[in-house]
Parts: sequence; structure tokens; C-alpha cells
Amino acid sequence: MSLVMLPILIAFTAAIACFLTRRTGLDRFISVIASAAHTVVSIQLLIAVAGGQIVVTQLGDWPAPFGITMVADGLSAAMTLITGITGLAVSIYSLSDLGRRTCFSGFHALFHLLLAGVTGAFLTGDLFNLYVWFEVMLIASFGLLVLNKRPGTLRGAMPYVALNLLSTIFFLTAVGMLYGLTGSLNMAHLRVTLDTMEPSLTLSWISVLLLLAFGIKSAVFPLFFWLPAAYHTPAFSVSAVFAGLLTKVGVYALIRVFTLILPLDPLLADIVLWCAIGTMVIGVLGAAAQTDVRQILSFHIVSQIGYMVLGLALGTRLALVGAIFYLIHHIIVKANLFLIAGAIHRIAGHTELKAIGGLYHARPVLAVLFLIPAFSLAGFPPLSGFWAKYILIQASLDLQNWIAAGAALVVGLLTIYSMTKIWGEAFWKPHPDGPGGLDHRPIPTPYILAIGGLALLTVCIGLFPAPFFAFAEQAAADLIDPTRYIQAVLGGGA
Amino acid sequence: MEALLSGLIGLLFAAALYQMLSGHFLRFLLGLVMISNAATLSVFVAGRLTLGQSPLIPKGADAPLVEVANALPQALVLTAIVIGLGLFAFTLFLAIRAFRRLGHLNANSALPGLRPRKETHS
Repeated sequence: MSLVMLPILIAFTAAIACFLTRRTGLDRFISVIASAAHTVVSIQLLIAVAGGQIVVTQLGDWPAPFGITMVADGLSAAMTLITGITGLAVSIYSLSDLGRRTCFSGFHALFHLLLAGVTGAFLTGDLFNLYVWFEVMLIASFGLLVLNKRPGTLRGAMPYVALNLLSTIFFLTAVGMLYGLTGSLNMAHLRVTLDTMEPSLTLSWISVLLLLAFGIKSAVFPLFFWLPAAYHTPAFSVSAVFAGLLTKVGVYALIRVFTLILPLDPLLADIVLWCAIGTMVIGVLGAAAQTDVRQILSFHIVSQIGYMVLGLALGTRLALVGAIFYLIHHIIVKANLFLIAGAIHRIAGHTELKAIGGLYHARPVLAVLFLIPAFSLAGFPPLSGFWAKYILIQASLDLQNWIAAGAALVVGLLTIYSMTKIWGEAFWKPHPDGPGGLDHRPIPTPYILAIGGLALLTVCIGLFPAPFFAFAEQAAADLIDPTRYIQAVLGGGA
Repeated sequence: MEALLSGLIGLLFAAALYQMLSGHFLRFLLGLVMISNAATLSVFVAGRLTLGQSPLIPKGADAPLVEVANALPQALVLTAIVIGLGLFAFTLFLAIRAFRRLGHLNANSALPGLRPRKETHS
């Protein structure tokens, strides 16, 4: 069996196994083991890709462009590995976070179905197949979202479900139009076919539809409202995996489609650029107005998405390196911050900043573990976020795009404001109910393992950015010039 | 035939968007059904229509002898319909649960931050 299919197969098998064992309590351990296996396989895939190879499998031995192709280039392999790592951290964390009831309702089964959908979306080389993976991901995320039975969940779930369904329908329509125009669905073949065509109004409309579809998915301004409405409601494990992975699949799809299939024309690139700047600014301002830890973090997802989309809009090689670096850094950091929000909730009894406090004195270890991703998010050297922001700002300065560079810097500063707000309110000030308001039982080991592991990764990327940078550069080079990708998929003759 | 269906797709899209913007979740669902049908139809029409020729290859031949209907969009549409049905069933379930919980399905007061007028416990 090919290496490309293994992560997806592992996740699917795990989903079935977890569903069958959900009443025995075994499912949580299967979940951890499967996530670990997913990570190991992804590392192998990454090693193969880092050696300069693009790993391709033609499903059912149908040659491209007729069959469905699964492809792992630099970007796909890196995203698959990050999915595995996030999955591993969350499944370890969920050992202590979730009650038996939530497991009964099939959390682990849905969780692995979600991982399968996300991994499939990263690895597919076929546009219609991407739509199918989106739907797999979507149905799993719907299930996870409503596992929690509080009324707030429903109020958040409705806009989430509505807008995400709309986005996939836009995507499907665009796929149909593209097929009608070219007669192909294979991404590499689409590029080859479209290269022979004159730019037309139809193609622009298809671009706009795809932009709209992935824009909703990745929560780009002005299409992001569903995200802050939904992400603070489900269980902490769920919101961590959502925050880490879901919107990033949208960003991945944006980068993939608008570099490989339909490179952005100048007008659309301008629109995307302004949307990206709007996303950064509005997201961070929204976060400044919130007082709940998870709501602050949700708005910060929106803000950070802006940086990645900015990388795509600028379109230079360095900007794409920045976007890829940012994706990798952001998933780790953001999932970790949501896991920490869960730990805060467990110890202080709430995530509303007014109702908590005193965590620094009670839990110095957690405080340090919070500071690492928080500072990284804000872009403090030498953490991973610093390098990600540095590359992107450098790329905007190279293009003399002062507005983008200025916005990136100011948004970084405002991010510090939000992080200090959480720090000051949750950790520094005394708990409003006195020390009695805190849970004095020790923090569960799975919490420390998951949070500490992700924090360690953040520090590692920050201290040794060179290999990550080199890898991102190779991946970005393949995005700018997809010849290697196309040759790997279609064979030398194309 | 293609032109006729394209017109129908446009009509469906327009009607669906009108329904979806009305602010009531049930109407939104109606719009959703219509718009997903419009999307599947557009995939179907994109494959061009050939009337009355099923895509069958006669015994002993490698390729169909006459011009036959394009089978790929049919497969795609089938996939999309199945997925769409599943997602719609879920959304309907969500709407029913929301109605029981909130007592109404008005999207404007279902938005976060605004408290529902009455909460009944189920």
C-alpha cells in the first residue's frame, strides 16, 4: 500500500474501531494509538518528500488524468504531519478532558473521521475528490459540534452549519463549471489544459466562486462571522482540533488552487490582498473587545488567517514561504492555546476573564506553558511566530507594499494586547472568589503532556528555524513553478 | 436542451438565494435544498447532454461505437446527491432540536450574544 494512502486509511480504520468500541472505554486508547500511527506514517511521507520526491498514487491503477490521483508534495506532506501531531496532542488531552458520556456519543469515531477528511483534503490531487473530503470533514465537524448539549452550542452551530454548507455548494458549482470548460478534474491536468486557454470571463467567475467558497471555509473577512459564533461552544478538545485544523484546510485549498490551477490575476490578487489586511485588522480588533478566553482566541484565528492569505496575495516565493511557515506555526500554537483554555477552565472553573484569576500563583507551570504559545502568537523572538511574521513582513517590504507590512506589524502589537489581557486577568490578578475558587487538584498528566509537547515544538521551530525554512522554501518553489508536480502526476509525456 | 437547463439552474439559484436571505431557518433550509439541486444540475449539464444513448460498450469492443452520454458527471452527481442528502438530514435534525430548545427558528435571534426569549429544558 502506498505511503500516501496510509494516513487516510489509518484514520478511517480508527474511526470504525472507535465507533465499535465506544461503550467499552477502549476507544480512547485506540484513538491515541491511531493518532500516533498517523504521525509516524506522516513523518515517513515527509522524509520521502523532503528527499526531493513527489509521492504520487493513482487509485485503482487508472492513469491520470482519468483516475483519482493522490499526491504528496512539500506543502501536502507538511500539512499531513501537522494534522497527525495535532491529532495526537488532542487525543492524549481528551483522555482527561472528556467524560464517558461524550465518548459514548462517539467523540473518538467522529474525531478520526475528521482527521481522515482533513488528511484526504491535503493529499488529494483531484478537484472533485477535494469536494468529497471537504464534505467528510464537514459532517464529522457537525457531529463534534453538537456533542455538547448546551443551548449555546445550537446557537453557534446554526450559522456554522449554514455557511459551511453554502461554501461547499459554491465549491461544487465551481467544480462543475471548470469541468464543463476543460473536461478534466485532475488538478495537474487542469493546469495544463488551462494554460492553453485564453483568460476569459468564465474563468474569472470560476475564480471568484472558488475564492468565495474557500474564503468562507478559511474565515476570511468579510466571511468569517460563523467562526467566533461557534468555536467557543463545544468541548475543549473539539474546539482545539477545530481551531488548529479546520480553517487551515480552507487556507490550504486557497493556496493550492490559486497557485496550481488558477494563478491569481492582478485584480483578484488585489482583492485577496485587501481581504487579507481586513481579516488581520478586524480579527484582532474583535479579539480586543472580547472577555472570554475562547472568544478572544477565536477572533485571533481570524486575524492570523489574514497573515496566511496575505502570503498568497503577495504571491512571491518568499511570501509563499512565509504563508507555509505561518500555517505550520499557527496550527501548533492555536491548538495549544485552546487546550490551555481547557486547563484554565478546569482549574479556575470558567473561561470568562472576569470570573477567574490567580492562576500564576496556583499553577506556575501552566503559566509558563501559556506564555510560550501566547508570545509565539504575538511574534516574540525567538519563538516560531516571530520567524513566520518576519518572513511575511520581509516579503511585503520587498514588494514595497507598505500598507501590508504596516498592518502586519500593528496587528502583531494588538495581539500582544490581547495576550497580556488573558495573562493579566487569568494568571496575574487574584481569583475573585479568593484561593477557594481554584481547583487545587494537580493538573492531569495528559494535559501537561499534550500542552507541553506542543509548546516544546513551538520552541524548537523558534530556536532552529533553518530546516523548517529550507523545507518551506522547497515547497514554495514547487507552488510557484508546478512543473515538477505536473510531471509527477501526469508522467514525463505531458 | 443545455440552454434550457442552464436557465433553470439560474432560476433555482435566484429563488434559493431569495429564500436563504429571508432570516427564517426553515426558509433557509428550503433554499439550501434548491441551491444544492442547482449545483448538482450545473455539474450534470457541464458534462454535456446526449439524449437516449446509454454509455455502454458492446461486447468485444474497447470503446463505445457511437456517441454516448458522458458517464462521469452522472457519477459525480450521484456522489453529490448522496452527500447532500446526508448533510440535509443533519441540518433538518439540527433545526428540529433548535426549535425544541429555543421555541423559534428566527435566525436573527438565534445569533450568538442575543438571548433567546424563552429557554425550555428538554
